[in-house]
Amino acid sequence: MAKLSLVHLSAYFGRVKTLKDINLDIPEYNVTAVIGPSGCGKTTLVRCLNRMHEVVRDARVEGEVLLDGENIYAPGVDPVQIRRRVGMVFQKPTPFPTMSIEENVIAGLKLNGSVRNSAQRAEIVERCLRLAALWDEVKDNLGKPGTSLSGGQQQRLCIARALAVEPEVLLMDEPCSSLDPASTARIEELVLELKSQYTIVIVTHNMQQAARASDYTAFLLNGVLIEFGETKQIFTNPKRQETEDYITGRFG
Amino acid sequence: MSSAVGQLSLRYWWRKFKSATMMGATVAATLLTLVPLFWVLGYLLKQGLSGIDLAFFTSLPRPVGEKGGGMGNAVLGTLELVTLATVMAVPLGVSAGLYLTEPGRNGLMANAVRFAADVLMGVPSIVIGIFVYALVVRPMKTFSALAGAIALATMMAPLVVRTTEEAIKLVPLELRESALALGVPRWKTSLFIVVRTAARGIATGILLALARIAGETAPLLFTAFGNQFWSTSLTRPIAALTVQVYTYAISPFPEWHRQAWAGALVLTGMVLIVELSVHMLTGKKVRAPR
Amino acid sequence: MELKPLEREPALRDPSQPLAGTVRHRALAHRWPRLKVGVPLSEFVFDGITGAAALTVVVLLLAVTTVVIIEAWPAVGRFGLRFLTSTDWDPANEQFGALPFIYGTVVSSLLALAVAAPFGIGVALCLSEMAPFWLSDILGFLVELLAAIPSVVYGLWGIFVLGPWLRDYVEPWLGRYLGFLPLFRGPRVAVSLLSASAILAVMVVPYVSAVCRDVFSAVPASLREAAYALGATRWEMVRMAVLPHSVSGIVGALILGLGRALGETIAVAMVIGNRPAISASLFMPSTTLASAIANEFTEATSDLYVSALIELGMVLILISLLVNVTARLLIYNLTRRRFSS
Repeated sequence: MAKLSLVHLSAYFGRVKTLKDINLDIPEYNVTAVIGPSGCGKTTLVRCLNRMHEVVRDARVEGEVLLDGENIYAPGVDPVQIRRRVGMVFQKPTPFPTMSIEENVIAGLKLNGSVRNSAQRAEIVERCLRLAALWDEVKDNLGKPGTSLSGGQQQRLCIARALAVEPEVLLMDEPCSSLDPASTARIEELVLELKSQYTIVIVTHNMQQAARASDYTAFLLNGVLIEFGETKQIFTNPKRQETEDYITGRFG
Repeated sequence: MSSAVGQLSLRYWWRKFKSATMMGATVAATLLTLVPLFWVLGYLLKQGLSGIDLAFFTSLPRPVGEKGGGMGNAVLGTLELVTLATVMAVPLGVSAGLYLTEPGRNGLMANAVRFAADVLMGVPSIVIGIFVYALVVRPMKTFSALAGAIALATMMAPLVVRTTEEAIKLVPLELRESALALGVPRWKTSLFIVVRTAARGIATGILLALARIAGETAPLLFTAFGNQFWSTSLTRPIAALTVQVYTYAISPFPEWHRQAWAGALVLTGMVLIVELSVHMLTGKKVRAPR
Repeated sequence: MELKPLEREPALRDPSQPLAGTVRHRALAHRWPRLKVGVPLSEFVFDGITGAAALTVVVLLLAVTTVVIIEAWPAVGRFGLRFLTSTDWDPANEQFGALPFIYGTVVSSLLALAVAAPFGIGVALCLSEMAPFWLSDILGFLVELLAAIPSVVYGLWGIFVLGPWLRDYVEPWLGRYLGFLPLFRGPRVAVSLLSASAILAVMVVPYVSAVCRDVFSAVPASLREAAYALGATRWEMVRMAVLPHSVSGIVGALILGLGRALGETIAVAMVIGNRPAISASLFMPSTTLASAIANEFTEATSDLYVSALIELGMVLILISLLVNVTARLLIYNLTRRRFSS
């Protein structure tokens, strides 16, 4: 079933329309990859799914995004609530520089006041760091600043941080673009492990990554959704000429 | 399943409440901060407008007891002082700004210049007055327009240095490099391509600096000194609007107070017109350095 | 080997042009300069002029400081450290002590800063984090105007409007509820330390808020978004992302504001009453270093008197150098961190 549905979704920066009338159903407990050449609106698309698009100056959205059938852009809906349910990992790792590794993991939960005692806190930190496949590397240094880690570790820390608030959906905006191949492989493994518990949307400019790690793929070109389908079908038997051109490397 | 709108946990409402309260507090702080602005401007209009007529700009101050009179000499004096200061400070400031923005200027010297300019902006204006008094007024044995202009220029130069630097920094490096790649010499590239591209930013920076020094009183007190008569001579004391307003404001005479309000209105009007036009022309890209 | 004319300048030839060259090409070739070693004269002149101008700025700062110290020297030699601790300011008998001036300067500035700090930071937060973009443009411009009003105009307003208002409405209130403190006891006059502090507070707020705004804008957008993506409210985002990153910058902004207040001359001279004595009450007239120089300099009759006034200026510039250097270092540190990470 569809966890998220985009209904006639258009997004603007000022007068520039970056997404044009997108209709798309994102299936639950699966990994959906969003691919396309740079500037096609991939990032804007995922940022619309947890109302991060509107944080930018002059940005606005038309149409609907349904989360479990409810429009997250309906009047009166609080983006804070939406972002709690739809977590996000960014292109560059963004640990809070003034917080330790442990504090970074717990940062989102602390807002909710749902961490009651230190035992529970330690348990959550360990569980999330294990989920993010970072525990073994940092378990002796939880008090160190988050920024002291390597790039790949920082990104996994950010994933742990996003998982700690127990979202239903995890958005990943090119999470591997600033990482080395080894870290990239770890994060891809992680994505495959997490999909049993989360609905994952991953933006990538790396087609091998989309082919390896995703179940469904959406191909975007100039803000238009060209094709959406099972990853296997998209990469072996695309229906549209543009998709074929892109995945065979004829442009982009 | 929790609803997007629902989930009425107490904690959630507390967080929303706290955020709204803090947000409200900052808005309140902003509105309260603006109260003095409108209070000052309101009083200026109320008290000053009646004192402004043609005579204000064309006649000399009259002695106490005599009705009428104006601050024509002071308006002229301020214009002269500001023009002279600009003539001195702009070439110096723009050149120094150019020095700072040549590629590869991050060494000790460039940082020292930036630092000196920033610190010089923070030197109390009255101390600048003492400096010019010792260096110009005493050797010349007279207060003079020249001394006043030098004092203002000393305050203006660091402002121009920093705005020039900021404006030139906005010129893309590629533009500079493509000019160099065409075989244009470096100095011509900087002067005719980079500066010309940044000209608007530099000009607005100069305008803002001008508005700032036009409102200075302290450095003029014992340099330009003030003058009750028409004078444009460089080597004689000269009247300035700010000094005249100051003198009249601390006098015990209501008629002079009325003139002080009119002078203050003219002064503020000039400054605000510059600020407003700079804002209209450039949006908020150019700001006065701090 | 004999060099033919055209072979002398191959390094200057545009490699995209055919080697043979057109007639025009050949004609130009004669005018091309020889390759020279070292910097061409024009570059040298350009660097010389701009370098000299840049150096002038440094020299100006050093010169201002040095000249003030030299001019103050007669008084320094005559009174020594006693100048800083004596409260006796008696020009007629050539007795000069700076303590009342230092006291007035420090108290009025600190008081002003105490009021201006929450407002300045609040305004900056409102403009850069809270208000919608269009509103923040308008409000930001109005706050900038507050900084643009000349100090003599603030002084005029202080004499005739703010001072009397404080005397009639604020001082009675303070006296009634806080009168048990010596600070808020005493006669009610319009020219007072309180008036000076109030006017300084108004003048310092836009200053603090402008620097804080710059500091906040140095916070990477990615940190803000990371906080939002965790489900932070706006205020929680400020607490998680903006403020921790800005601590030293905010401190720098406050110190810079303090420097501005310490050096403000005319507005203070107009409302503080210029009475060189220390009294516990904020309702009493007082004086500051800068305002005393403004008031007495042209009336100073003896050389020692002038020198003593300049020594007040020396104390002032030394304090403000200390304050400004500290503040700038704090702010630079912050902006440098922005570029490295």
